Amino acid sequence: MSDRIQEKLEILADAAKYDVSCSSSGSKRENKNKGLGDATGMGICHSFTEDGRCVSLLKILLTNYCIYDCAYCVTRKSNDIKRAAFTVEEVVNLTINFYRRNYIEGLFLSSGIFKNPDYTMERLARVAKKLRTEHNFNGYIHLKSIPGASDELMREAGLYADRLSVNIEMPSELSLKRVAPEKNTADIIKPMSYISKTIEENRHEIQVYKKAPLFVPAGQSTQMIIGASPESDQQIMQKADELYKSFHLKRVYYSGYVPVSNDARLPALATPPPVIRENRLYQTDWLLRFYGFSLNELLNEAHPNLELEMDPKLAWALRNMHVFPVDVNKADYELILRIPGLGVKSAKKIVAARKFGKLRMEHLRKFGVMLNRAKYFLVCESKGYETRDLTEEKIKNKILSISQSKFAPTQQLSLF
Amino acid sequence: MIQFIYDGTFEGLLTAVFEVYERKAEKARIVSNKIFLPDIFSEQVNICTDATKANRVWKGLQKKVSVSSLVNVYSVFLSELPEAEEILLGFFREVFASADNVEENYGSHAVLRVAQIGKQLFREKHRFEAFVRFQKLQDGIFYAYIDPDFNVIPLITAHFVRRYADQEWIIYDVRRQYGIHYDTKQVQEVYFEFEVMTKHREAPDEIQDQQEDLYQLLWKIYFKNVNIPARRNMKLHKKNVPVRYWKYLIEKKPH
Repeated sequence: MSDRIQEKLEILADAAKYDVSCSSSGSKRENKNKGLGDATGMGICHSFTEDGRCVSLLKILLTNYCIYDCAYCVTRKSNDIKRAAFTVEEVVNLTINFYRRNYIEGLFLSSGIFKNPDYTMERLARVAKKLRTEHNFNGYIHLKSIPGASDELMREAGLYADRLSVNIEMPSELSLKRVAPEKNTADIIKPMSYISKTIEENRHEIQVYKKAPLFVPAGQSTQMIIGASPESDQQIMQKADELYKSFHLKRVYYSGYVPVSNDARLPALATPPPVIRENRLYQTDWLLRFYGFSLNELLNEAHPNLELEMDPKLAWALRNMHVFPVDVNKADYELILRIPGLGVKSAKKIVAARKFGKLRMEHLRKFGVMLNRAKYFLVCESKGYETRDLTEEKIKNKILSISQSKFAPTQQLSLF
Repeated sequence: MIQFIYDGTFEGLLTAVFEVYERKAEKARIVSNKIFLPDIFSEQVNICTDATKANRVWKGLQKKVSVSSLVNVYSVFLSELPEAEEILLGFFREVFASADNVEENYGSHAVLRVAQIGKQLFREKHRFEAFVRFQKLQDGIFYAYIDPDFNVIPLITAHFVRRYADQEWIIYDVRRQYGIHYDTKQVQEVYFEFEVMTKHREAPDEIQDQQEDLYQLLWKIYFKNVNIPARRNMKLHKKNVPVRYWKYLIEKKPH
């Protein structure tokens, strides 16, 4: 019995690992009636794998049997691999026992499509329902919504889950059709829009009646595979921007494609995943959501792709030298936030502290500003910032010569 | 210079601050009696911890700063850093000297240090909310030991009480030799004498629940299989899980 569970866990954790989401924050589910768990606080990463990714949830597939044959997916029908399926009871037991030992924040359950979308979705919802109603489990639950499942099942799932997600998979309909002939964008957009609409209604309902049941309190997210199709960074971020705006997504995840087959439509096996590009896309996503940048400033017809050798904020600053230097003792918060080498926290500290006196370089250093970057773009009360009128090229070389990439020095291969 | 010697408790420290003001001591040092060494060149005052005096200082602070600064002040105390008392006295002096709230005056050394140490403790608290690993024992108690750089138990108790409301658990700080026990109703401080010495004070096999080994093994299997070898990045891995925490983590222990 326990041997079989071990094998199932090996297979079904391995198959689930390409879904990068691991967030466990943002829910409002409190511990009630002295039950187990609480999902109100900030997310917690209980461990990190050797690839540096956070382990917050028990992320598994219910089964890796699948009727679809998507080229990018390791569990595609035509792939000759070991198959397995958990019972509802087994998933519930694993979740509870891992949670009680403080290994995890909760469960992220996805699945291959067996029989049909409704049959699959019904089982995912049943796991969540059992955890909530029979075990009074108040930890975090993220369920994958299966495209093509009925609205009633989606609603049922949303009443027990903290987050639902439908993966957009590819940045364009054309690319999706090429690698996943049985899928179409409309089937993916439909549940996204249903979830978004129902979340909205639920918010109103809760305003009127505080004890109305929560529907997906931690919101919905999606994932796009990067580097398996020819879209530019501009097209990718446009798609993301559109999804954020249309469906109020909490997150769009960008997943650098890890080759799983020798399919001619995709990068060959052993092609390293585009980790730097993926990182640049996340940085851009952050600049759009938290730094007040608009998409067009970072990516446009003249610059359709992000630079790999430097972050998008530095790249923007070098293209817009007329904005700098910014005086940290006078400038608005929004402008200070645009100085390379400082983030939201330092910017807030600067704006708060300057009320008490003029700020000098040593203050900025203590606030955690990376002066080896920032000094080219700001002025303050003391000396120490760059006073020579350097060209964009000179500044770039100076910064790049002292900064080291956080990634291994392996060359990233171009695919197309 | 007058040295105010207190008993090492937070209340004692606040009482010492009260006495510094009471005696209008311009040049003062507050020292815990746990580390105090007599110094023939300075006057010494032994502080008698007094709840009323401590309360007056705390109430005074509450009127001047936000809740997050109150937490930071308590965190500086829990940090057990050698300079903790000096920073706190400096902070109290700045707060009480000004009519305005000075907690954001990061240009001041004491104010900035209180915020920074507060952040450091917050990080440590957050890490232990993550890295505590319970072992289930035969009697149904979930037991975990920790060895934190700072005294974090007072900061993490509420989190674990909220989360594991329906199970009995113990978290034990092996460095400071005390722990907390939650019996599904209330939390109590506990002190153990370990009869059986295991390497890191984990519970010995013979008192473990019979399924404990299975779930530890399943967790290791899970941890190994969610990793993507093609994306291996040990530098980032070690940054996120500093090596000094590996001793608690079942998934990082050799089989």
